[in-house]
Parts: sequence; C-alpha cells; structure tokens
Amino acid sequence: MNPAYSVIFFTTASGSGYGLLALLGLIGALTGAPLPPLFALVAIMFALALITAGLLSSTFHLGHPERAWRALSQWRTSWLSREGVAAILTYPPALLFGLVVSGLYDLPQAIAPLGLITALMAMITVFTTGKIYATLTTIRAWNQPLTVPVYLIFALATGASLALALLALFDYRVGVLSPFAMIALLLAALMKVFYWRSIDRAPRDRTMASATGLGDGVRQWETPHTTKNFVQREMGFVVARRHAEKLRRIVLALLIIAALAALTADAMPVFAPLVPLTSLLAAWAERWLFFAEGEHVVTLFYGNPRA
Amino acid sequence: MTMLPATTEKKLGLVIDLDTCVGCQACATSCKEWNAQGYSAPLEDEDPRGKDPHGPWLNRIHGYEVLDDARDDSRIVHFPRSCLHCETPACVTVCPTGASYKRSEDGIVLVNPDTCIGCKLCSWACPYGAREYDVKEGVMRKCTLCVDRIYNENLVEEDRVPACVRACPTSARHYGDLGDPTSAVSILVKERGGFDLLPEMGYKPTNKYLPPRKRRDQPEEGREALPKSDGSLMDRLFALADSLLSGQAGAR
Repeated sequence: MNPAYSVIFFTTASGSGYGLLALLGLIGALTGAPLPPLFALVAIMFALALITAGLLSSTFHLGHPERAWRALSQWRTSWLSREGVAAILTYPPALLFGLVVSGLYDLPQAIAPLGLITALMAMITVFTTGKIYATLTTIRAWNQPLTVPVYLIFALATGASLALALLALFDYRVGVLSPFAMIALLLAALMKVFYWRSIDRAPRDRTMASATGLGDGVRQWETPHTTKNFVQREMGFVVARRHAEKLRRIVLALLIIAALAALTADAMPVFAPLVPLTSLLAAWAERWLFFAEGEHVVTLFYGNPRA
Repeated sequence: MTMLPATTEKKLGLVIDLDTCVGCQACATSCKEWNAQGYSAPLEDEDPRGKDPHGPWLNRIHGYEVLDDARDDSRIVHFPRSCLHCETPACVTVCPTGASYKRSEDGIVLVNPDTCIGCKLCSWACPYGAREYDVKEGVMRKCTLCVDRIYNENLVEEDRVPACVRACPTSARHYGDLGDPTSAVSILVKERGGFDLLPEMGYKPTNKYLPPRKRRDQPEEGREALPKSDGSLMDRLFALADSLLSGQAGAR
C-alpha cells in the first residue's frame, strides 16, 4: 500500500494526542484531584491540538474535504464513520475535564467521572482507527489480531512520552509516569516484534490462479494499460524486503532509546524531550512500514503470484 | 446507505466468456466513451496527450499466459476486469458517507458522485480493483452496469444493455439476471461451468467468468502424436526428398 504522508501524520499525531488525553483522564480518574492549573491547561490543549491537527490532515487526502461531515453518517457499518463519530464525541468530555481538572471551574467531584469518560473516549477513538485497517480482508498484513492492539499501545506509549516531557518542562517530578512510559514503550516494541513475526509467517495462500480462475499455469502476459493506473499507484506499492528489515530495526532501536530515556527522566530531566522525539519518530517509521508492508490482494491481477 | 439489502429482486450482472474474448479493447473504449458523457461526471484522463497519461477506466483488459498441465504448451487468455457487483460488497459497507450503495431492486453497486468525499477506502476494500479514483472530480468511479442505458426508454430495445456488451464483436460479454435460474446468462453459466473470482474471500460476485474451452489440438489424453511412416515406397520417397532438401538425414 502506498504510504500516504497525510494518513501517517494523522494516525501518529492524533494517536499521541489521544494517548496523552487518555493518560491525563486516567490520572484525574484515579486521584480525583485537580492538577496544577497551568500544566493541566497546557497538557489538555496540547493533546487536543495534536488530535485536531491530525484530524485536519486526514481531510487533506480527501477529494472533497468540504463534504467531510457526511462521513459521520454511516456508523452502522463503517469503521471510518465510527472513527469520525468517536473523534467528535471525545471533544466535549475532554474540554469539560480540562475545565475542572485545571480548577478553572471549581467542581472537584466531577474530575474523576469526566477523567474516566475522556480516557475511555480517547481509547475508543484509537480503537476505531485500528479497526479501519484490521477489518480490510484484502490486506493480509492488516487483517490480523495484533493490528488494533498495536495502534492502542503506540497511542499510549507516545502519549506517555509527551506527558513525561511536559512534566519535565514544568519542573515537576515525573514519578510513577517514568516506569509507566518505559513499560508502554517496551511493550510497543515487543508487540511490534510479534506483529512482524506473525505477518512473516502468515501463509500467502491467495493466488493468481484463484484470482483469475485460470489454474496454476497462469502468469501475466500483458498489463491492460501502458502507464500505472490508480489501482497500481495506490495498492501496488510494496517496500523491498531489505529496506523493511532495516526500518524494523530502526523502529525497535528508537523505542528502546525512548524507554531508557523515560526511565532516567527524573534523574536526568534534560533527556526528557528525547522521549517523545524518539518515540514519535519510531511511530512514524512504524506507520510508514505498516503501509509499505501491506500487500493488497488486487496485485494478483497485476503479476504478483501470491498475496 | 451502506447497509446491504438482505436480498435483491434481481441480480443483474455480466457473464464474460474467456474463450471467445480476443482482447480487442472495444468494451474498454466503449465503456470509457459512454461513461465520459452520461451518468455522473465526465471520466477525464490526466495528461491525456502527455508523457504520463492516466485516469479512471471502469473496465481493464488483462492478458495472461496460461501454461498447460504438462508445461509444454501455453495459450493467451484475454481477461476483462470490472466491477463484479458482489452480493456482499465490502466497498459499500466501509463507505463512511453512504455514497456507495447496493440497489435492492437489481443488485447494482453504485457511487453517488454528489456525496462521495473521495476518501478511497472503498478502493482498499475491493479485492478486484474495480474502483478507481477520479482526480479531476475528486470522487471514486466504478462500473455502473450502464444503469443509464439498461433502463433508458429513449434508446431502442437492443441498445438497452451495457455499452461493453453492445460493443463486443465476439459476443464474449453477456448481460442478464443471474438471480433468475431460467435466464439465458444463468443457463450459460451452468452449461459452461462459470466461476467466481477469488471465491474464498466470500464477497459472492454476481459477475461470472466462463473458462476457456480445451483446445481442439489438445484432446484430453494429450497432444496427438505426429503420424509415423508406414514404410511404403511413396512414403520413403518423400522422406528422401525431405532429407535432401533440408540438408539433414532422417528429418522425419
């Protein structure tokens, strides 16, 4: 699959924003106490800015961005529509949570329930994003059980990285967030290793023979057109094996560096900005690979013997 | 509305005969011609006379070489590919806007060009590459089964078929109701062993393909051997002439 930069930016930026929002909500739900006002406002607004930037960027690849509102209508069957609905439904509780957790509106008993709803909605939105990809049976590398968990853990890990850097920026102690971020980052790396192992081992049992009904002796003789068409440009992109291997190692290395920096965030706060920097780079590379390694079944009609 | 109809009154679709298709592209060009002027928006190409012409075509004709079982002979099969108007099309259910829909009356899968946002997710969901993005219009395009011809009472009766079917010079394309077991297309599918593309993916395509027939010089038991010499004087005379003329002994 062609890795479209607008979609990569959207899923990683919004993902980290939802992760950050979910963590702030979770902290509010667990403590039920307000956070320092300036920190709370900056953190919530930063999370919402990332989410909004991502959502806006996802409309850039639309043919008709002005009709984007129509995408909210088909939630009964479409995960993309559900994602849109969940994304919009996350804003009101998140804004209300921001008001009470910063103390701008004094209602401490609302912090815990609003925090919980915000955290749940943020995670539900990331879940629906993952589902868009995981339910496409045409792309074997996406249509598998680890796709959604990987989206969720990357959102949490990059969100925790951002929370950690923000705390360090405000000279607060990172405390329990430090091991939490480290575990989330390492878990992201581990799940990605399992994901890659599973896509490498999955049988490529869809064949040109089954696509064309012409038996095992079929091979491409002539393409239907002289220049690449939309289907080939969009679905025909597959990254070379050796490049993929290299990128996989880069993703893992970045996640491990981020995890180590997260662990030392209290002792050496100067390294704290390194955590979101490396983890977001890892998320970018991971998301690019996710697309580039997605082999679409339509390639069977264009000379690919197996998919 | 992206909820699929439980059943459709008719299952209109195409039956494509891979035995008689000669790969002339008449169906592809007549499809482009008809759909560039009728229903929905123009079907324009980008850079049509430049170095990299490309654009949406709703029908693409592949060419495949098929080796026989013994791998000592092959044939070329021309393979038209367009929307199969599946009974359970994933392209419809993934659509976030409801622009994609399957008609309950005849099973045709269509895109409403006025509500499509051009997100392209339907093209990802389709295993058959049936949907192409129209950059100029910013919407997805696909085969409409010439919905603006088949019910069009301004056309004479024989023109009320999809443009590709009308154009095919070898009658390799057949149009009809595949939901009616007594229809000509259903009988054709039954008699010729019509098959589905990628049946294991479960989208239940309406369109069927008819397999190429066995070649006449390739009977079931394998290719006929060349005739052996019967040892007669005439036969030996021909063998002698053959070897002298070809400059090698025992050419037979």
